[in-house]
Amino acid sequence: MEKQGLLIDYEFCTGCHSCEVACKQEHEYPAGKWGIKVNEFTQQISEKRMEITYLPFPTDLCNLCHQRTSHGELPACVKHCQAACMTFGNITDLVASMVKKPKMVLFSPK
Amino acid sequence: MKYDKVVTTTAWSPGPGCHGGCGVKLFVRDDKVVRVEGDENHPFSQGRACPRLLALTQYMYHPERITHPLKRVGPRGSGEFVRISWDEALDTIEARLREIKDDYGPESVLFCQGTGRDIGGPISFLAYSYGSPNWIQLGLAGHSCYTPRLGAMMATQGDYAVLDAAQFSPQRYDDPEYRVPEVIVIWAQNPAPGCPDGFFGHWIVDCMKRGSKLIVIDPRWTWFSAKAEMFLQIRPGTDGALALAMINVIISEKLYDEKFVSEWTVGLDELRERAAEYTPRRVAEITWIPEADIIAAARMYAKAKPAAIHWGVPVDKSPEGTTVAQAINHLWCLTGNLDVPGGNVIARPAYGVTTYPFSTQEMHALYGEDFVNRLNEKRIGAKEYAMVRNFRGWAQPDVAVEQMISGEPYPIKACWIQTSNVLGGQAADTRLHHEALKKMDFVVVADLFHNPTTMAVADIVLPVASLAEKESFRSWWAPLQVITPAVQVGECRSDWEINFELAKRFNPELGKRFPTLKDLFDDRLKPTGMSYDELRDAGGWMMPPENSASRPYRRHERGLLRPDGKPGFRTPSGKIEFASQSYAQWGLDPLPYFSEPPESEVRTPELLAKYPLVMVSGRRSSVFFHSEHRNIPWLRECDPDPIVEIHPSVAKANGIEDGAWVTIENDRGAIRRKAKVTPIVHPRIVSVPHGWWLPETEGREPNLFGIWDVNCNVLVPMGTQSKSGYGGGAYKTTLVRVRAAEGRGE
Repeated sequence: MEKQGLLIDYEFCTGCHSCEVACKQEHEYPAGKWGIKVNEFTQQISEKRMEITYLPFPTDLCNLCHQRTSHGELPACVKHCQAACMTFGNITDLVASMVKKPKMVLFSPK
Repeated sequence: MKYDKVVTTTAWSPGPGCHGGCGVKLFVRDDKVVRVEGDENHPFSQGRACPRLLALTQYMYHPERITHPLKRVGPRGSGEFVRISWDEALDTIEARLREIKDDYGPESVLFCQGTGRDIGGPISFLAYSYGSPNWIQLGLAGHSCYTPRLGAMMATQGDYAVLDAAQFSPQRYDDPEYRVPEVIVIWAQNPAPGCPDGFFGHWIVDCMKRGSKLIVIDPRWTWFSAKAEMFLQIRPGTDGALALAMINVIISEKLYDEKFVSEWTVGLDELRERAAEYTPRRVAEITWIPEADIIAAARMYAKAKPAAIHWGVPVDKSPEGTTVAQAINHLWCLTGNLDVPGGNVIARPAYGVTTYPFSTQEMHALYGEDFVNRLNEKRIGAKEYAMVRNFRGWAQPDVAVEQMISGEPYPIKACWIQTSNVLGGQAADTRLHHEALKKMDFVVVADLFHNPTTMAVADIVLPVASLAEKESFRSWWAPLQVITPAVQVGECRSDWEINFELAKRFNPELGKRFPTLKDLFDDRLKPTGMSYDELRDAGGWMMPPENSASRPYRRHERGLLRPDGKPGFRTPSGKIEFASQSYAQWGLDPLPYFSEPPESEVRTPELLAKYPLVMVSGRRSSVFFHSEHRNIPWLRECDPDPIVEIHPSVAKANGIEDGAWVTIENDRGAIRRKAKVTPIVHPRIVSVPHGWWLPETEGREPNLFGIWDVNCNVLVPMGTQSKSGYGGGAYKTTLVRVRAAEGRGE
């Protein structure tokens, strides 16, 4: 089977934490254990410009929700992402999407 | 994993806490909800879900959840409660409330709710069946939450309006009639962490992906302001001046929609004259926003077709909130963006169904004008404020808390508190409310968890069902949808069940008319031609029908808005009123104007010398709903500490390091917060998130889960309400100073 991954369009990640909690519920992780974690990056670029960027990062616990995707469901984080900025798929397809738009990150967690 | 059943339903508190609307799937095994997911077939949320909804199982099955009725056996504040049966609880409540009615009259009981969730129906039914006119958001200074904006919209255009994200169409963004706003003005809100007033916050992100450009007005940088074409970093509480300057630019540069304005509005000349007082130069000084930016933002908004404004609760909390809302409303009317695709569309609930009577018109229609007039005789604030008397059914909170203490003009003896943690949540001047509630002879609290309010004052505590355990329906704009129970937890009952049972005891006629709750729901749903069960079995939700009063667009042209079926609007003149006849009738200035905050660099310079920072409370967190969820492990770890956001320059000047505890204080008191040093706040403000209490600490008096230590509303005054009685709570404009806290090394 072709290798699969997560494409994050971090231009639109608002840092809402849905992916984190969806992941904990799916895998029954207690507080303190993270399958994916949102990172925040804030800096003042100039008086008129602020960067506020969020980026979810799949940890070593991410299995790409194999138990869901094996019967056609989306990974829990992708399904519930409120900004709809995460895509699951074959890496070659995701790379093709990535070349069309800036501010994307491709993860191949396992 | 195997499930016994999957129940599709609607999210509406308790659970995520919010104003709801999302489609939900509850996965049940062995009579327990074991998983919660978004419903991908639902048009409101399309499968998406917030962290609070996704943590529902931790909320429902929390070890400290209250699952049976309790009565207090020790003194108030002792935390000594014992389990009682529902029969004992309801019999006790009925007997005590009857005694109080006999001795003091039914108006001496306040029926208190928090923000607008699945509560307006149950609580107003109970209050009116008991005979009290005092249905209230106790503690909410100036009743500053959406009602000021609703009142301004009703007065101006005879209807409410919201940003059009195609939410009234089952096809959503693919509806061929729909257009994405070219420009969206986000006025005083961060829509990502919360979904206010029936609006899914991330719809704005959907629009951005489809090309919408942003103008953001906020004292604080948000994710949206960082992405905006224009960010106007405004002085808190000066939104009215900004709106008037934008009106000035749009009229004087003839950027308004001349055809729309001449056909559908009245009062342009008066508005032009009023707005002329607010030159961009003068308003730049008032608002801290550069003159050029004010002009550029007005032009960018007015030239975009279509453009839409999405506004937040700070509008209500501005001084004279009802006039600020009116000014902003005028912007979408001047530019012809009302009820057009991608503009601000008129929002009526689908099929006209409401869970309870909403406006005065509806109250008259449902209860008769006579009954409503009698309500006004004793309704707190109705005498002082014509707008309170004439718009919606609320008692006025600032007047109410004074009356609880003074007993004038009549005594208040009991409070029924439901969906509201008054002392840990919305109450400004927390100490005053603590004192007032302690004076009550009898207090019932219906809730899911102990909190500072149950601990301080509850005599009886009733256990409330979460959304997964209740039968109800939601009608807030669109769609109209049912809430279907999946399981039972302990002896918990829904707010509807509890109140319907008690309401029938006080008002047997109600029981004759509606033998069961389902009969009452069916009656409310009559305009759809379907019963509750039929609606549930048809999929559980319905969008407003085409060519009806509850489905956009351009209904004023088609005679769908007015009771007489003529084109135009449901206002006294039949037109949009830039100078409002209703406001004039209520003894208010018919035109918008700007008023300084009660504490400010202009109004109270001597106070500013002592307290140089403006405390803006209320920034939202996506893992909390107001004072809820601090006890939910998956949520708390995402936002663990009661923080204060401080600009690096302020932190440096005051010797405050990131992560250190600081004291925030003014003449009303002092609280402590953990410093988050960040450039996103203006150097002249500090941002202090609201709703904080610490469920992991001692609940009994005097600690009350730490409210005196961390609740920012201790610092906020009551009594700053607008001339209309609605708006002006100083939650965003209170002056404070900060210093490094002594002796707390946590």
